[in-house]
Amino acid sequence: MTITTNKPEVIKPLVTKEDWIMRIVLVLSTLWLLWGVVLPLCPIFLKSFQDKEGNWIGLQNYLDYLSNPSLVASFFNSFYVAIASTLVSVFLAFVFAYALTRTAIPGKKIFNILGMLPLYIPPLAHAIGLIYLFGRQGIITRAGWDIGLYGATGIIIGESLYCFPQALVILITALSLTDARLYEAAEVLRTPKWRTFLTVTLPSVKYGLISAVFVCFILAFTDFGVPKVVGGSFNVLATDIYKQVIGQQNFPMGATISVFLLIPAVLAFIVDRIIQRRQTSLVSSKAVPLQPKPNRLLDSLMFVFCVTIVLAAIIILATIILASLIKIWPYDFYKLKFSLSNFDFSRVAGGGYSAYQNSIVVSLFTAILGTILVFIGAYLVEKGKNLRLLRLINYFLSTMPLALPGLVLGLAYLFFFVVDNNLGINNGNLGMVIPNPFGNNWVIPNPFGNKSFPLIILCNIVHFYTVCFLTANTALKQLDPEFESVSASLSVPFYQTFWRVTLPMCLPAILSIGIYYFVNAMVTVSAIIFLRPDDANLAAIAIVNMDDAGDIGAAAAMSTLLVLTSLGVRFLYWLFTQNIEKRSQAWLKR
Amino acid sequence: MTNSSDSTRINRNKQKQGNLSRQTPAYTVNEADTKPYVQIENVSKSFGKFVALRDIYLDVYPGEFLCLLGPSGCGKTTLLRIIAGLEPQTTGKISLGGKDVSRLSASQRDFGIVFQSYALFPNLTASQNIAYGLQNAKVDSEKIKNRVQELLELVGLEGIGHKYPAQMSGGQQQRVALARALALSPGLLLLDEPLSALDAQVRVKLRTEITKIQKSLGITTIMVTHDQTEALAMADRIVVMDKGYIAQVGSPHSVYQRPNTPFVANFIGVMNFLKGVTTANNQVRCGNINLEIIDQDLETNTPVRIAIRPENVSLVTSETNLPNVIRATIESVEFLGSNYHLSLSPDGYAQEMMTIELSNHQVKDLDISYGSTLQLQLPPDKIQVFPEI
Repeated sequence: MTITTNKPEVIKPLVTKEDWIMRIVLVLSTLWLLWGVVLPLCPIFLKSFQDKEGNWIGLQNYLDYLSNPSLVASFFNSFYVAIASTLVSVFLAFVFAYALTRTAIPGKKIFNILGMLPLYIPPLAHAIGLIYLFGRQGIITRAGWDIGLYGATGIIIGESLYCFPQALVILITALSLTDARLYEAAEVLRTPKWRTFLTVTLPSVKYGLISAVFVCFILAFTDFGVPKVVGGSFNVLATDIYKQVIGQQNFPMGATISVFLLIPAVLAFIVDRIIQRRQTSLVSSKAVPLQPKPNRLLDSLMFVFCVTIVLAAIIILATIILASLIKIWPYDFYKLKFSLSNFDFSRVAGGGYSAYQNSIVVSLFTAILGTILVFIGAYLVEKGKNLRLLRLINYFLSTMPLALPGLVLGLAYLFFFVVDNNLGINNGNLGMVIPNPFGNNWVIPNPFGNKSFPLIILCNIVHFYTVCFLTANTALKQLDPEFESVSASLSVPFYQTFWRVTLPMCLPAILSIGIYYFVNAMVTVSAIIFLRPDDANLAAIAIVNMDDAGDIGAAAAMSTLLVLTSLGVRFLYWLFTQNIEKRSQAWLKR
Repeated sequence: MTNSSDSTRINRNKQKQGNLSRQTPAYTVNEADTKPYVQIENVSKSFGKFVALRDIYLDVYPGEFLCLLGPSGCGKTTLLRIIAGLEPQTTGKISLGGKDVSRLSASQRDFGIVFQSYALFPNLTASQNIAYGLQNAKVDSEKIKNRVQELLELVGLEGIGHKYPAQMSGGQQQRVALARALALSPGLLLLDEPLSALDAQVRVKLRTEITKIQKSLGITTIMVTHDQTEALAMADRIVVMDKGYIAQVGSPHSVYQRPNTPFVANFIGVMNFLKGVTTANNQVRCGNINLEIIDQDLETNTPVRIAIRPENVSLVTSETNLPNVIRATIESVEFLGSNYHLSLSPDGYAQEMMTIELSNHQVKDLDISYGSTLQLQLPPDKIQVFPEI
């Protein structure tokens, strides 16, 4: 063979119609993420360098902030309560998860369900429940045990309740993935139990534990609902932003504090990502699942522990529901006099049932539109061919919202989308001008301009995007990557396989994404409190309004409605999936 | 098993081989002047800096069953995916049925494919899986029904068309995957390790059936496998690959009997290697053993490795005037059911062990305990010589 010295031509595959469809959709998906996640953040930073009139003043806002002792105090307060809540909730969740996965206690299924209960209760409602128990008129306080709820104590209890189920989900997953053979090997080598725990158990759940810590930290650090209700005079960053923006309409200072809230959250997110990247699977596909052996003492202790935790969750929920049925707390409670008068919202602030209806509509739209956007995005990232860089960017943008505190996101949306001359934030078109070298610049019209429900829906979709995206991503990863190859060999276009195979196979994941969106859109306050239209309200914001106005009975009633709706939807989902499972059992794995 | 001298040897050899396969196909079932159905010309593939395939030339003839055989990471699957269009080659040309398809996507090429994982759509029944491509081709439903029935019969699965993949055994699933790949009557069938996920017994059964179906349809077929027995049993022609090169192309017989590199010799079947130097045109000295070989075109004092298959080593009684009789001490005995494998260390050559194969019958009258000695004969015409580089 004569070896040709000139380099052979590099083959570029022809781009087919299908490729174009895929590319265009991927570009659109990335653009919308850019527009929904990244661009709105720009004005936050911009505003923090401006005065109220919009003049550039450099670092003046930051200097003002740092020279204001009460504001600086909230920064450290935020850290203090976040770290304390993280330690409490992760510790409790770890023991709880350990009991469910590694001991032989009875009733694991019930414990699992009840342990997740706080997930369906808005943090705000937790705080209200706490007030009825430990507040000034709380039944426990009146029984003689005053824990001094208002302030750090209340916030830490409330945030711990809020973070517990989140940590629990992560830790149960981490503790379930194990290899029984490791424990058998340790036992055969006559390793004492405590050493097995330190050398086998802990290393195997290290990444789950780290992840749980960071997730809880971000949640507790940025949450607004709990400190708003039980914080009293104990200020944190989130409540400061709220006060500056809603109370004093001081947008530059709101933006400045947002930066202080954003940076630790983003740092925590990045550190977690870096650590998680080092994770390699310790559990091979050949792993033997661990069957916990009964241990009388350990099992009894764990059982008592689980009962205590679950009781706490139930008591809080029961208190909220009870309180909504009692007119004058706690006197009517002692007399067991129940009434539905709290559910008559006509004489209290917040918009009553119309707010509740609005919430349902907004949540439905969030769930439907969000699920569609998330699933298409995740599909293109996971199953797309070529355009690797764009898919990476899309993936990165999809995971970013997890690091964004709701309040910051809401404020960003206010600055970016809402045109309001009275507020001096009329730069609603920022970042939407595309330079055109051949003439007039293209201006992409801002579809919002007003505080409106569509804007809130968009904000919700972005706010909860990451968890949904990762759920879809995991589901798609479990599908055989050769499905697409087989379709190509049969000349079946990818979108047909998407419709006939991918979608039906991912239906459970898609439904759970929808539920996640719905429940979160129902209970969220932080992101949308700045975006609510002046003439309409949402149920979760109404709770804040009622609490502000001192109508705590009505707030409890509205919380009850929200919790029952979330639980109801969850129950419907369960019924529905039971049904699907029965129908599709034929093609589910043996 | 390959040492550095092996790989250099292969590197040099592959060019010769690539050339050889392009000009004089070893496959002769079809007439020599038949045009190849698949033509691969100078195909290379790199992933960043890693070169997965280097200058591949290969022709596949109509109706031929070709096996791409090699260890994992040798590039065989990449080559199959390039032929399918599932992966673009970096450089080079692919033709299918005389048409240049180098730049076409998989859906524009005419082939059917079966994967190791079956890749059956779990939410569709066997019939629906088989009909999947037909429906898209706008065939009317009556015809689809008949075609599906025909294919189910072809793969021997009449009456289970209504079952979902999860309700079928691995072997059944792989048959459905085969039927699905054949549904559109493609010109080329690609099999990517189709039997690797199956139990040993099912594997043997299915490999006969696949060959039978392939022969009855006369469909040009390329199969990727890492299992040499599978390749030897099924293929008309085997392409042995190593590290992105084609090491040898030939019929199963020629690849087994006349491997042209130590790598091929070692990869296919069991081979004994002895290191030595040539002392004459037809003489090699390995340690203190002098062996007669068939005339080689090698200079005296060339370092070589000689190779002989276990079944070609014969046992001889003490009085004989056959050439190449050596004594060897038994080091270990493996009973394999129908025969024995004995490991021996040849007297006067301490470097390597030799394996020989003995039938139960032969062993009966022998003392094959550890440490006893046997007389072996290495027939000169069965010895292969590989010069060391």
